[in-house]
Amino acid sequence: MNWSKYSAPQAFYPLAGRLIPWFAVVAVALMGVGLYMGFFVAPTDFQQGESYRIIFVHVPAAWMSMFLYVVMAIWAGVGMGLNARLSFMMAQAIAPTGAMFTFLALLTGAMWGKPTWGAWWVWDARLTSELILLFQYAGVMLLRTSIDDMRRADRSSAVFSLVGVVNVPIIYFSVQWWNTLHQGASVSMSTGSKMAATMLMAMLIMTVAFWLYSIAVILARVRCIVVERDSLPVWDEKLAVIQEAVEAR
Amino acid sequence: MQWGSASEFFAMGGYGLYVWTSFLATALCMLWEVLALWRRRVAARAEQRAALLGGMDETAT
Repeated sequence: MNWSKYSAPQAFYPLAGRLIPWFAVVAVALMGVGLYMGFFVAPTDFQQGESYRIIFVHVPAAWMSMFLYVVMAIWAGVGMGLNARLSFMMAQAIAPTGAMFTFLALLTGAMWGKPTWGAWWVWDARLTSELILLFQYAGVMLLRTSIDDMRRADRSSAVFSLVGVVNVPIIYFSVQWWNTLHQGASVSMSTGSKMAATMLMAMLIMTVAFWLYSIAVILARVRCIVVERDSLPVWDEKLAVIQEAVEAR
Repeated sequence: MQWGSASEFFAMGGYGLYVWTSFLATALCMLWEVLALWRRRVAARAEQRAALLGGMDETAT
């Protein structure tokens, strides 16, 4: 199968349309399983009581905020290297969802910080670098809307997002590099997990669910962008009918 | 199962406000994003259709 043909928006558009329902259905199903496990199977934390259950949205949202930024930067880089329209559209489609998860990571973090630290917000390295990530997403989106010429807007926001990638490892390792109030990694590639098995399982299921949700909404947004940018007709049956009417006249 | 009753579940050991605000905000953001995308899609297709029909008949409603 020749996958490269899907780099053309015309070919990608119907493919994305067919994939979206699958990602959406599995995402919703996994969210149901993850929430059930998070609220009814995972035990009460011996230190934090029930407040720790915020972890089941906080950590997946925070992971997605960083992961989506890297994916956005990769598509921006591919767009720059290959001068591929669809790559820039992918980068454009990822930014709002990434910004939303960054906002949610900060908001749920405040909801967790208040009862455990006694403060909604502290200027420690983890929180500050995550806030900067939110500004980076906002910057990428504002830069795009402030430039009328589409090709220049694509390239400028691509450069901006590529430069900003340096912040992602800073966020991730901030709890090791600096003395932060934010706790260290509960799940680490080198030391494994420090959590109860059911807690970890619920958190990972929620992460996969958020990931699939992100794919579904990003594909839906790419489809909108394809229509908005190109206005190419006849990709869809109803429009094909109109097209025939236009030609028959 | 650690919940004796529904009210115990919603109280979340005294952390109900924080826990439910977090989950509700996440759910609302996701629902809002899906709704906004649906509206964006409707608008984009309407514009595309208008552009196609515009060349066909200027007086058509």
